[in-house]
Amino acid sequence: MMTSSKESQNQFLATFELNQANGAAQSPSWLRRLRKTAIGCFQELGFPTTRDEEWKYTSVEPILSHVFELGKGTETTATPQVLLSQSFAEAAACRLVFINGHFHPALSSMARLPAGVRVASLAQAVRQGDELLEARLAQSAKHQEQTFVALNTAFIEDGAMVAVGEGCRVEEPIFLVFVSIPGESPTMSHPRNLIVLQARSEAEIVESYVGLGKGAYFTNAVTELELAEEALLGHCRVQREGDGGLHVGALTARLNRGSRLTAHALTLSGLLVRNNVMALLDGEGSECTLNGLYVLDGQQHVDNHTEIEHVKPRAMSSELYKGVLGGHGRGVFNGKILVHKDAQKTNARQTNKNLLLSEHAVVNTKPQLEIRADDVKCSHGSTIGQLDRDALFYFRSRGIGSEEAQSLLCYAFASEVAQRIKIASMREGLDNYLLAQFAKKRTPAIL
Amino acid sequence: MLAIKNLRAKVGGKEILRGINLEVKAGEVHAIMGPNGSGKSTLAHVLSGRENYEVAAGEVLYEGKDLLAMSPEQRAREGLFLAFQYPVEIPGVSTTYFLKAALNAVRKHRGLDELDAMEFLALIKDKIKLVEMDQALINRPLNEGFSGGEKKRNEILQMAVLDPKLAILDETDSGLDIDALRIVAGGVNALRRADRAMIVITHYQRLLNYIIPDFIHVLYEGRIVKSGTKELALDLERKGYDWVKTEAAAQP
Repeated sequence: MMTSSKESQNQFLATFELNQANGAAQSPSWLRRLRKTAIGCFQELGFPTTRDEEWKYTSVEPILSHVFELGKGTETTATPQVLLSQSFAEAAACRLVFINGHFHPALSSMARLPAGVRVASLAQAVRQGDELLEARLAQSAKHQEQTFVALNTAFIEDGAMVAVGEGCRVEEPIFLVFVSIPGESPTMSHPRNLIVLQARSEAEIVESYVGLGKGAYFTNAVTELELAEEALLGHCRVQREGDGGLHVGALTARLNRGSRLTAHALTLSGLLVRNNVMALLDGEGSECTLNGLYVLDGQQHVDNHTEIEHVKPRAMSSELYKGVLGGHGRGVFNGKILVHKDAQKTNARQTNKNLLLSEHAVVNTKPQLEIRADDVKCSHGSTIGQLDRDALFYFRSRGIGSEEAQSLLCYAFASEVAQRIKIASMREGLDNYLLAQFAKKRTPAIL
Repeated sequence: MLAIKNLRAKVGGKEILRGINLEVKAGEVHAIMGPNGSGKSTLAHVLSGRENYEVAAGEVLYEGKDLLAMSPEQRAREGLFLAFQYPVEIPGVSTTYFLKAALNAVRKHRGLDELDAMEFLALIKDKIKLVEMDQALINRPLNEGFSGGEKKRNEILQMAVLDPKLAILDETDSGLDIDALRIVAGGVNALRRADRAMIVITHYQRLLNYIIPDFIHVLYEGRIVKSGTKELALDLERKGYDWVKTEAAAQP
């Protein structure tokens, strides 16, 4: 049944009104105003179609075809052990757990946080009248320009706020775990995260999106990152959405002078996933590394759009996105690099590599470079290929069976990205996950 | 151990092997020499079970079993080893990991217990001495960034670990300088055993100063046209392949 875009839009508007009438009215006026502006933007912008360049290969029809209720913070039977293993989190580390978009204190832990770091649920920070939150929220993510960001902003309720003070080094990683538990009717959540690092501070933060269950649900997440001078941030977004999970995620980062961001986007499961990563290199000598891995099978669809904007000189950006596509999986990669006129001595590299394991898997990959400065080094490359037959034969000539050889080669391909993760529990958890996943897949490779 | 009877094989529709007959017994080292295009590598690839090599006629019996009916991994598990002329690079898989998986596949086939990480590490620490390699190199992705000599030494290391019954060395000396040649040949010689057979394929006689064969066969235009003992190598060194080509042409 094809729901029209307008019908679906009206459903969301109706849910918005209902939400406003219920609890959202308790929010401070600045937040009520922000939500109202955002819903107006959502109405104006409308849902994207495949006639829009940015959504050419990804139809939002799966999202339009359901009516979503706002998720409730269900009492869940999920144990900490399950959550830890699904989210690759460390047992002893600080973690904020959200169920269907609502903070769940009982499953969370504030352990091992040094002085100088504030970690709180967004809802808590709002109630406490957090000034930083009010000042910095919605300053970089563009609800005026992007439909799903507008939708998320209209429904701002909860998520995580992390503020790291000047010169503070957070030694242990902080885990933000967003769990969706689909019920009988489809639900949605709009997690909103704000992460602010003051000058010369350092932190590692992991956002995990986990779906427990097969039903349909919609996660529309927005994370804003701000790095002040010489701040260092390692960020990891892991998507392990359920078989019916529809995920649209936006990550916007703004880097000041000398700051460095390494952001990993790992999409391991989910029916439809669309990631928008935007990094603004707004400081001389800033550095941004974007690593991505997507593993698809069945009928899954994963679309990674990245945009790196070089505004100031001498900044460096580097991207490596790799995809392994089996079954009828469909992958999209679009990497935009925008170099402004004054961004001399820019150094930008972009690589996208795809491994196709079945004749029905499809990938569309497109680099987009707009270079307006004349003293720059920019390179890009993309490949789409199958398993190397010489490599396969080498394995078999040593007694390793054809299926095991295929799964080892897939694992080897993916591990180039996995090995770049600094957080030990994440890297090892992902490593084991990939080994097991590829051993399971029995999609016959094209030989 | 190995009996090749009237083997004919094609590559890309073109007949390269035109009736090979060869018998190799356990404990023997046979050298196969010949000019370029004679079919040396084709023979190695057919014996190892590479795709795209079509056997047109003949049979190969390995320990009395039909070798050509086995898949490449079956042949390896039954104890056949091919040291490649151009070993591939496998980014993302270390030599250690690769060899452990291979050895355990072979052991499982032989009804032996698989080795765990600790046991395997102990084994490989011992074997790398044979080819003068260090632990760091084998913890790196297989052959990635290795020099020619390091790749060939890695082939011999794999042979040492996998403990084959029949080893085929496909132009193992190509691209090696004197030092690398010495190490590789040393490794091969250390692996000679009464219950193991080797086929050493080479273009140049030089290797055979280090690995002294029991028998030498000259391959020309897909057939073995001359066989002899190690002295034959010296004759070839002196007279070149033209001498053999002329003799072969003169035959009916």
